Amino acid sequence: MAEPFNVMIVDDENDFRETLVKRLQKRHLNVFGAESGQKALDLMNKLIFDVVILDIKMPGLDGIETLREIKKKNPLVEVILLTGHASMESGVEGMDLGAFDYVMKPVNIDDLLEMIRRAYERKIIQEEYRK
Amino acid sequence: MDERYYKRLWRKIILMTLGFALIPLFTLGFSIYSQFSVSYSAKIFENLKTLVENRRSSIDLFFDERVAQLITIAHTHSMKQLSDETFLNKVFQTMQTRSKSYIDIGIIDQEGNHLAYIGPYPELKGVNYKREDWFQTTMAGGVYISDVFLGYRKFPHFIISVMSREGEKSWILRATINSEIIDNIVRAAQIGKKGDAFIINKRNILQTTPRFSGDLFGHPKSPDFSKTVETHMEEIRTEGGSFFFAATLITNTRWILVVKEDPREQLTPLLRARTIVAFLFMGGILVIVLGTFLTTRAMMNQLVQSERKKARSEDIMVQSSKMAALGKMAAGIAHEINNPLAVIGEKAGWIKDLLSEEDLTQNPNLKEVEESVSKIEYHVERAKKVTHRLLGFARRMEPSQEQVDINKTLNNTVDFLENESRYRNIDIQIDPHPDLPEIISDSSQLQQVFLNIFNNAIDAIGKNGEIHIKTSFLTRRKEIKIEITDNGPGIPKEDINKIFDPFYTTKEVGKGTGLGLSIVYSIIEKLGGRIMVASELGQGTTFTIYLPVKVKE
Repeated sequence: MAEPFNVMIVDDENDFRETLVKRLQKRHLNVFGAESGQKALDLMNKLIFDVVILDIKMPGLDGIETLREIKKKNPLVEVILLTGHASMESGVEGMDLGAFDYVMKPVNIDDLLEMIRRAYERKIIQEEYRK
Repeated sequence: MDERYYKRLWRKIILMTLGFALIPLFTLGFSIYSQFSVSYSAKIFENLKTLVENRRSSIDLFFDERVAQLITIAHTHSMKQLSDETFLNKVFQTMQTRSKSYIDIGIIDQEGNHLAYIGPYPELKGVNYKREDWFQTTMAGGVYISDVFLGYRKFPHFIISVMSREGEKSWILRATINSEIIDNIVRAAQIGKKGDAFIINKRNILQTTPRFSGDLFGHPKSPDFSKTVETHMEEIRTEGGSFFFAATLITNTRWILVVKEDPREQLTPLLRARTIVAFLFMGGILVIVLGTFLTTRAMMNQLVQSERKKARSEDIMVQSSKMAALGKMAAGIAHEINNPLAVIGEKAGWIKDLLSEEDLTQNPNLKEVEESVSKIEYHVERAKKVTHRLLGFARRMEPSQEQVDINKTLNNTVDFLENESRYRNIDIQIDPHPDLPEIISDSSQLQQVFLNIFNNAIDAIGKNGEIHIKTSFLTRRKEIKIEITDNGPGIPKEDINKIFDPFYTTKEVGKGTGLGLSIVYSIIEKLGGRIMVASELGQGTTFTIYLPVKVKE
């Protein structure tokens, strides 16, 4: 029943990440959580992800740097930026770096779900185009 | 700034300017006038001196002539000849043809006997004068002129006697002369209405009748000039004012001629000059005072205006720095709240997810729990709106640069609100300037500005009202002016300074964030414009926005 794509949520706020993971799993998504940029990159080595939801403000490797690394590893991965913060510029910067969209915390689960599906669709289209 | 401070400053400037202008004027005026007055007085003194010396010469000449005539007669005739009264009468008649001033004539021998007499008092003949002073003086000095006296004759006269010698014998020819002729000569020196002239002898006794200064044979009502030798000039103050006096010695008689003059009568030209000077002076003072008043007033106005301008720009600066600080703070708060808010939202969502899965229909509290979770989600949503607007307020995104037709933007915004305004029966009217130039600005941000202001206007009016929008172009300042006027209740004076402050709201709790006008203010500022508000309680409120017409590079 699960939708045929893998989603990763990268956020240092454990309560938020864990709950969001559980809720998305309940909506039949293959969802994995990562508490830092480095963990996310490590996880990408083990699994193939289609959509990454990435918090911009994190300790260590921050969202924008992580985005850069992700795009280096796999340019076709669609990234949705998550911000709880007045970092509109970072959002715009992220868009320039190839992020699919950005969304401000707190997020509406249905909106987020919709956005994830559209991101996945775009990834499919891009892959088709590549071929 | 304080009105009184300006008043005081103005007064100071006026006093200083007047001081610097009037002190030299006064000094100049007074020195010119006093110089003129001194030289004019000197001239009057000079004239008076000439007059008195002139009169003195006339009198001396008169005496010289009389004395010479008598000496001539005495020396060309013998005593015997003249003792014959018929002959003496003939001689007297001849003398009188030339001068009526002779009253009588007589011959006195060296013993003092009056030998012959021609005149109106024949009883004088035979009188012996040997003991008289005049007789002895004449016998000693040869010529004698008496002081004026009344004598037997009962009118003022004087005598001139000359001595002649015939071998061992001496005799005297004596003539009496009416002193009226001297009076006449002296009277000619009585100038003006208050001027006077008179003669005194060595004992300060009047020899002529003065006009005002006393009676004949009395002491004159003037200082004692009887010791005068050289011509003497003096200015003397009396009760009647200041007078000029001139005194000079008449050589023949050792009398003193005194002339008194009222300088005020002679000073008419000086007084006229003084009047003219006074008028010029007054005129000058008037011009200076008026000029000072007008120029300083203009100066003060300029000063007040520039101070006001400064105060206004300081206000604007204070407002924008306040905005910046509050923006930073708002962003910080929004961030700190957003993260826990997100967790709360997710947890509530998770509970909801779980509730829908479990079969809890038996649980009597299910409904309550579901309701609580919904409420939590609702209020997370509400808090999110606030934090998101805060972030919108704080974001420093560069405004885009595009051609904007303000009239069109206004129309679009008004269309957007059409339903709401129709429902509330609010008439929104646009009075567009027909040739409004397009400006380079950010249309979506402007739309947000207009939307916020219109929303506020609609909320202020409530129901049944009017919003009037007018655009115009200020050619000189190259600015577009947008006036948005509502006929709502207006803003109280004490609140008008706070309306652009973040979190200031008059709306009910939960209805407004208090950020709308702050956002408007910061957007307009970013777009290089200005926004102003004017409000009258009960009349309505007008927002005026000025936007620069930039030329696209």
